[in-house]
Amino acid sequence: MSDNFLIKTTNLCKYYNGGKIKALNGVCSEIKKGEVVVVIGPSGSGKSTYLRSLNLLEHPTSGTILFENTDITDPKTNINLHRRKMGMVFQQFNLFPHMTVLKNLTIAPTKLLKMSADEANKKALQLLTRVGLADRADAYPSQLSGGQKQRVAIVRSLMMNPDVMLFDEPTSALDPEMVGEVLDVMKELAREGMTMIVVTHEMGFAREVADRIIFMADGCIVEEGTPDKIFSEPEDPRTKQFLNSIL
Amino acid sequence: MTLKEQFIFNFIEDSRWKHLLKGLGNTLTIAFFALLIGVVIGVVVAIIRSTYDKNRDSLARSSNILNYYAFACLNMICKIYLTVIRGTPVVVQLLIAYFIIFASSTNGIMVASIAFGINSGAYVAEILRGGIMSIDNGQFEAGRSLGFNYIHTMIYIIIPQVFKTVLPTLLNEFIALLKETSVAGYVGIIDLTKAGDIIRGRTFSAFMPLFTVAIVYLAMVMLLTWIVGRLERRLRKSER
Ligand SMILES: Nc1ncnc2c1ncn2[C@@H]1O[C@H](COP(=O)(O)OP(=O)(O)OP(=O)(O)O)[C@@H](O)[C@H]1O
Ligand SMILES: [Mg+2]
Repeated sequence: MSDNFLIKTTNLCKYYNGGKIKALNGVCSEIKKGEVVVVIGPSGSGKSTYLRSLNLLEHPTSGTILFENTDITDPKTNINLHRRKMGMVFQQFNLFPHMTVLKNLTIAPTKLLKMSADEANKKALQLLTRVGLADRADAYPSQLSGGQKQRVAIVRSLMMNPDVMLFDEPTSALDPEMVGEVLDVMKELAREGMTMIVVTHEMGFAREVADRIIFMADGCIVEEGTPDKIFSEPEDPRTKQFLNSIL
Repeated sequence: MTLKEQFIFNFIEDSRWKHLLKGLGNTLTIAFFALLIGVVIGVVVAIIRSTYDKNRDSLARSSNILNYYAFACLNMICKIYLTVIRGTPVVVQLLIAYFIIFASSTNGIMVASIAFGINSGAYVAEILRGGIMSIDNGQFEAGRSLGFNYIHTMIYIIIPQVFKTVLPTLLNEFIALLKETSVAGYVGIIDLTKAGDIIRGRTFSAFMPLFTVAIVYLAMVMLLTWIVGRLERRLRKSER
């Protein structure tokens, strides 16, 4: 790649109700390959909207998103092809309830990448083993705990060999005792060099794993920097206030 | 006459049971093909209607405004179809199909299958649309974020879940359809009902043929209910 970044957003705006609500108000950001970026900020600051814009689950009102040097906001771009390269993990897991764990994992690669069923099953079992769930391959999502569901959901995204993983508060719907098992999987992913953008309130995770922290407020990126800088010497008063309120 | 004598008189003599058998065959043929046609129409109409409802805003904003008009147009056609079909009696629709639209056709069974299928499609469509709208949006988003396009998300992820939730309601529609085919006699088709009536006309005894017809319908409905009950239990496995 000519440039060093995987994703670059320019002046991203997302308005609701005819401009009365500015969920995103001119977000410029660059995500480098292999980088782990944690997005923090108060409720309603636009974190989810930003993350969901990156794979066009939300269509930005204006601005551009370059992903692997393609402008995916261009209507002529086939977004379905690019979404395969962007894994997404949701707060509510969104596993397919009518399919077994194995089927949840294999449906996308077999249908979209034309992977053979054997190959997909093998890969699914490998990944399940790595997240400690090989014995649950034939279970249905409703038979899993929250932490197990989220690990399956992460694996489901990984099955497509994504170039970046987007996480929107992946542990917020979990009972406290299950948060750790999911964060551990994410840490391992980070260690392996996966590019990750994580919206989370887990400041311990942010401090430990993030290469960079983005602080958002009122639809804008207010401040960004290394965890050390953001946590020890935040500059913007809104960052200070936010960190005081949660730490 | 004893019941046994009545039975012999109405069904065995002149091999009159053959009318019933032929009628049953026609009833099943019409109901089966109407069901297929109804489900296909229902799925297509439900997808068009729910796609339009869910994406009206983004379609209107999309750079390709033609898409929006095409969809608005399709949606309007579906709405007219639903209104007309659900607002008129099925017998009238059958008569119109037989004597006007397919007047040149001599295959009454086919015409009836199509007419009942088009009729059933309207009800199936509304049942499925309700089901689609009740599926959590997160399921769409999960499908789309994996890279499935809209239609594939529908087919692989949404519709199977919808069928599961609306199965009991759909079953009621299929039972209604099976029973509604009993008006096929209006266009000269010998279905089960007509067959019973023919025997009644020949033997001038109403009791045996008409009750037999009723019992056969009842048996079919009960069988259908039983099959779907089993299917439902199997599908529910994933919800334990
Ligand atoms: N579909 C929508 N219609 C109208 N307003 C919306 C919609 N989605 C989001 N918003 C508004 O946009 C703003 C940003 O929302 P967003 O969900 O991105 O915030 P967030 O930072 O993720 O918050 P949280 O931490 O609570 O998840 C909020 O004010 C929200 O009310
Ligand atoms: Mg959010």
